[in-house]
Amino acid sequence: MLHIVNKSPTERNAFDSCLATAQPGGAILLIEDGVYAATRGGPAESRLRTAMTKLEIYALAPDLEARGMASAVTEGVKLVDYGGFVDLVTKHDTCQSWL
Amino acid sequence: MSEHGAIKKFMYVNRKAPHGTIYALESLEVVLIAAAFDQDVTLAFLDDGVYQLKKGHQTKGIELKNFQPTYRALEDYDITKLYVEKESLESRGLTADDMCVPVEVKSRADLGRMMEEQDVLLSF
Repeated sequence: MLHIVNKSPTERNAFDSCLATAQPGGAILLIEDGVYAATRGGPAESRLRTAMTKLEIYALAPDLEARGMASAVTEGVKLVDYGGFVDLVTKHDTCQSWL
Repeated sequence: MSEHGAIKKFMYVNRKAPHGTIYALESLEVVLIAAAFDQDVTLAFLDDGVYQLKKGHQTKGIELKNFQPTYRALEDYDITKLYVEKESLESRGLTADDMCVPVEVKSRADLGRMMEEQDVLLSF
């Protein structure tokens, strides 16, 4: 299934709650303030790297660009645009949005 | 207003990341309006608020207003006291060089003391 996180990992626990719940083989898409979890040097980086071993991690590129973080993305995070967002939603049977 | 005409110390406390919520833009709007009243204004950026000043915002893709250039205009309104909290920067892998305007980096304790000196705190 696809997990969507739109909250900053340093503002809410949505990202951590998602990581604690997501099962191996699933995918996480980081959007809006959730993209900060995909950036280097932040407090969420090590947790993201651990999650990457069992989950596909995606981040919405326009949200990274809007925040000036496009050049700070952790290696291994796959970037998608809005079309890619739609593809991810249609590719997975179910979506959970960690609002 | 017993002290009519007296200059008060205003601090705007910014703690939210930009774009995901409206707080950052609203804070900036209020700062610009209040600038007309010639008060002693300080802007503090802590927690996710430090992301507001991370240089290089390109908002075309999300079709929202890029208000980052407005921070550079604050100087024209004699708003020059911009303080960014050291621990918040460091824990997010950022430095003062990543900021889009000149800022002073302050420790959490220093900011706490500066808050105590204010007449008015506006929280965003």
